[in-house]
Amino acid sequence: MTAITTPVTRGAARGASMLRATRSVARRTTRKFLRTPQLVVVGTIQGAMFLLIFRYVFGGAINGGGVPYVDFLVPGFVTTSVLFVGMSTAAGIAEDLEQGFVDRLRSLPIPRAAVLAGRALADSQMLVWNLAITVAIGFAVGFRLHGSVAAGIAAFALCALFGFAFTWLFILLGLVAGNAQAAQGMSLLVFPLTFVSSAYVQVRTMPGWMQAFAEHQPITPMVDAVRGLCLGGRAHEVLGHGPGYDVVSAIVWSAALVVVFGALAVMRFRRV
Amino acid sequence: MTAIVDARGVTKRFGKVEALAGLDLVIEPGQVVALLGPNGAGKTTLVRTLATLLRPDSGTVLVDGRDVVREAPRVRALIGLAGQHAAVEDAMTGRENLEMVATLYGLDRRQSRARAAQVIEQLSLHAVADRLARTYSGGQRRRLDLGASLAGAPRLLLLDEPTTGLDPRSRLELWDAIRDLAAGGTDVLLTTQYLDEADQLAARIVIVDHGRVVADGTPGELKARAGRDVIEVHTRDAADLEAAARALARVGADEPTVDAPTRRVSLPVDAGTERLTAAARSLEEERVTIDDISLRRPTLDEVFLALTGRVLDRDRDDPDDSVVASTDHDDSAVASTDHDGSAVTSLERTSA
Repeated sequence: MTAITTPVTRGAARGASMLRATRSVARRTTRKFLRTPQLVVVGTIQGAMFLLIFRYVFGGAINGGGVPYVDFLVPGFVTTSVLFVGMSTAAGIAEDLEQGFVDRLRSLPIPRAAVLAGRALADSQMLVWNLAITVAIGFAVGFRLHGSVAAGIAAFALCALFGFAFTWLFILLGLVAGNAQAAQGMSLLVFPLTFVSSAYVQVRTMPGWMQAFAEHQPITPMVDAVRGLCLGGRAHEVLGHGPGYDVVSAIVWSAALVVVFGALAVMRFRRV
Repeated sequence: MTAIVDARGVTKRFGKVEALAGLDLVIEPGQVVALLGPNGAGKTTLVRTLATLLRPDSGTVLVDGRDVVREAPRVRALIGLAGQHAAVEDAMTGRENLEMVATLYGLDRRQSRARAAQVIEQLSLHAVADRLARTYSGGQRRRLDLGASLAGAPRLLLLDEPTTGLDPRSRLELWDAIRDLAAGGTDVLLTTQYLDEADQLAARIVIVDHGRVVADGTPGELKARAGRDVIEVHTRDAADLEAAARALARVGADEPTVDAPTRRVSLPVDAGTERLTAAARSLEEERVTIDDISLRRPTLDEVFLALTGRVLDRDRDDPDDSVVASTDHDDSAVASTDHDGSAVTSLERTSA
């Protein structure tokens, strides 16, 4: 039969470590993304289209609260883009469950958490790529930083952090949904979160009850933190205060999202 | 020797459905075992339990002496699973898929490459190994999936309906691959709804129904338990049916059955081969022109019917759950050395 090149001892596998397994699982997801051009192209075009619509169709009618609307909009748009990217995380996890890929991974001698961690790692990488493109388009349609470049970079890093935090929510949704379509459906919760926030308009223009929601959900402090960092000296005009409070609040929210949804996702995943 | 599978009193319930109802199964190493049963019989639940994907509600399940619940990580190092879907990544090449799984089994980069190359060789995937899996045919995907389950050099290979949905040629190819693996020393437990598949691949068939083992033995033993050999005559002319029945009636103790639409007369017999010659002679005396005469062992369909009282069907919506347990048939019937159930002897176009 076959010439055996490496002596094989049956059943002697040690299994990969958490780190190696996570990297290996992440690599697969990244490859899938990079080798499916539709995903890259459609995602990018969709993002660009929405930004153009807000900038040029609605933009003229919306008050930027003291700064040009494009400078108000782009930080909010970039921040909320992490949620729209996250929808593909939920669908991806659900698809892996449906098609038996998760079963294969769970039958291997690797830490089970590596399956989810690998997904979170890969999707965060894609997210950074996506953020970079969105930011580039933002600059192309006239957005300018009012603060320092360092503050701008910090804003970008915060967006990546928010994306990572929300990834765990979407992983949980994908696990609960069980199939890609249901996962897409459940991901629609993204809409109230993004629209009923300070992302595209000022919260004070909303009716009172809606303001209450907008002020107490994570997207608003996240958007305000990023916006504050981008507006630099003009942050006070728009937000009424500097970015410090919002940055802290947004980081606390992110940590809470990771802890709560990370734990729920891992628990759900362990349940057999 | 430690049993490769040792399951005792295993139960598993999903809401109102009792998937496993006190199943017992011990498998010694060194063989291919087929779990045969209709949809919903509990086959997949058992495989998923062995693969540590499900926890049994009660009972113990050991793989090579390791408990699937308490020592799950050890068990995972011993098994390879190929489920009902081909769990391969479409956007990676066959080789990349195999290398990934090998890495996850704990091999380093160099070893993973070597192992992937070895599996490609073993399953004759060289022609497609460096193409993306999304370009594969159904049969190639299944073979790659089987390969992935081999990447960790498992002691026990769990194959859940490995050929469901494949065209006949791909099925044969996959059968060959499974036979080679078994010959190379891998223990295989496979589930199937196809009788011929169990018959072709397995040295031992375990029939599962309603979450329990209802029969267990070599294909030959199961057939022997389910009934006697049958002589079947196919007449050329419908007018000859009566004469054929007369001829056969002289050969055995039972009444022959006549099936007019297919122009077939059949007769259960005890000492098959002797009776076949007698039958041929008798038919010649009656001057019956026949297309075909054969002696066959009962098919596994007939076995399943005899053992469970139900027809083995592909879906489980039969309202008729009246199980006629009839497992102790005539045990003195020949324990055959021949595992091939199809026509043992066949004389073509004998005519007078």
